[in-house]
Amino acid sequence: MNAELNGGSTISERLGATGTANALELKGVSKFFGALAALSEIDITVRPSERRAVLGSNGAGKTTLFNCVAGDFPSTTGTIRFFGEDITRFPPHERIRRGLRRTYQISLLFTGLTVLDNIFLACVGVSRSRFSFLRPGRDDALMASAENLVRVVHLEDAKDEQVATLSYGQQRQLEIAIALAGAPRFILFDEPAAGLSPTERSELIEILVGLPAHMGFIIIEHDMDVALRVAESVSMMHNGRIFKEGSPAEIEDDPEVQALYLGGEDG
Amino acid sequence: MSVFDPTETGLAARSEGQSWLERIPIAYWVVGLVLLIMPALAGDFMLFQIFGWTFILGLIALGLMFLGGYGGMVSLAQMSIAGVGGYMVAIFGVSAIDTISLGWPWYVAIPIALVIAMLFGTLTGWLAVRTEGIYTIMITLAIAAAFFYFARQNYVMFNGFSGFNGVLPPMLFGVDWRGPAAFYYLTLFWAALGYLVVLYISRAPFGLALQGVRDNPRRMSALGYNVTAHRVAAYTFASLLAAIGGILLTWQSAQISPGTAGIGPAIDILVIAVIGGMRHPVGPFIGAFIYVILKTYAIDALVTLGLSGERFQLLIGIAFLVIVFWSPDGIIGLWDRLRENRKRDPLTGRGGEGP
Repeated sequence: MNAELNGGSTISERLGATGTANALELKGVSKFFGALAALSEIDITVRPSERRAVLGSNGAGKTTLFNCVAGDFPSTTGTIRFFGEDITRFPPHERIRRGLRRTYQISLLFTGLTVLDNIFLACVGVSRSRFSFLRPGRDDALMASAENLVRVVHLEDAKDEQVATLSYGQQRQLEIAIALAGAPRFILFDEPAAGLSPTERSELIEILVGLPAHMGFIIIEHDMDVALRVAESVSMMHNGRIFKEGSPAEIEDDPEVQALYLGGEDG
Repeated sequence: MSVFDPTETGLAARSEGQSWLERIPIAYWVVGLVLLIMPALAGDFMLFQIFGWTFILGLIALGLMFLGGYGGMVSLAQMSIAGVGGYMVAIFGVSAIDTISLGWPWYVAIPIALVIAMLFGTLTGWLAVRTEGIYTIMITLAIAAAFFYFARQNYVMFNGFSGFNGVLPPMLFGVDWRGPAAFYYLTLFWAALGYLVVLYISRAPFGLALQGVRDNPRRMSALGYNVTAHRVAAYTFASLLAAIGGILLTWQSAQISPGTAGIGPAIDILVIAVIGGMRHPVGPFIGAFIYVILKTYAIDALVTLGLSGERFQLLIGIAFLVIVFWSPDGIIGLWDRLRENRKRDPLTGRGGEGP
């Protein structure tokens, strides 16, 4: 899986260059919409290969956190470091080019293009061919890596179909393939399992667990089962704050968490 | 997709099977052949005035189609950029105003003119991409108006109201390129080249990404694309088309004056692009042909009906209204609908083969 995904070299080289810096380091990150604090004083540190789940009720600020990290909109205060580099004021495309990726909860796919073209566009975006006036040839390297990603997310059968004709689950898989384009170093998954059937869910888990071991990610997930199977650490969010961090077992057993979140959902 | 394009399901599917020659649809062969033998069929006036002018205006409007259709940006500055191209050829090359014209050879003057026009277009784009929708139209209209008044009031470089006359194409290969047949082929060549390049780019990374930026700039940004840079680059490319058209336009009338790039002509380019349709690069040429026919023959038609010939703009306006009313996608939209519209591709503006 590892070699299939990226040919091996690029990521490890880059990791070597940045030494032991944390993949993601947020210090005092807040986001205000007018007087409303969607995020207040968030501190998170995630190691390069770490797999972290972010749990929390609706409106806890999970997606806002992703939007600030990926640069969809800037944070009001605080600093965000990505592999040691301060990216707080970077535009989104600069963050993506440095190896950060994100998926969207509401699919933002190009529904009129084929599956392969969607992935191809993502591969081009992080390459130097962005402004190329030449159509890809038969042996185009970017097209080849797009074909690879089609296999990684098990969409071989649908690769030449228009995205609009895909099932919801397939669109979620495509969303993941797009996040894996180029040489991702760290990925933000925004509720990838939402709306999936149980079968699709287990396929998704299989894809996530099968990612190269050095590739860390943060996953927002409502479904405890999914979150706890793919993540090794958990951050609990409530009202724009992180109020608990720990291993999945610790979080499950925490009375405060049970009262606020698990208890509420399980009824 | 319209009849003018091979049916494509995807970038990969495209390169399999037949050779590129076999994939050219029959309509291309027919239209291409008719255009090539046109000088044997049509008179000098048709060749020089109707077709020559159609190809030139179509080429300038093609730039707008590229910006609007693929990039979602409507610019009214295309004619001003064409005007800059024409003016620069007159200033750096040869004209009857030899106190201003530098008289440099064409192979120096033309590249300089193209570069300056593209710089002007890029600057326009750089200002315009910060705005959206109606504000893009307003800011480019303001630039068009500013250029018109500047050219009219500046006598040192632009020779004010009268501009430059005696601006002729070079006598390359011993051919008088203003001769009807020669000028026809000259303009046909550049129009066809522009058309094919735009069609090609629409499926190359740059064009695909531009359409992605049009449909979902936020997503494109999250894929690593610099949305602003992509939009500005689209303006630069559209400027190249406009500049070539502007130089040809100057050669056709052998002169360039502020009126060539006034507010009226600036809006006419938009009318041409909208009448023809912005979804496919053939649209601007269809729009230009209708515009030229109306502009040329409407006066006669009106006089025949006992009306004042000055009201030809009214006819163009009515034609515009009728077409936009019946088909917001212009003539090619109408055409597509007649062919029992298949599902439309929101990214490329093409109809797809269903699943």
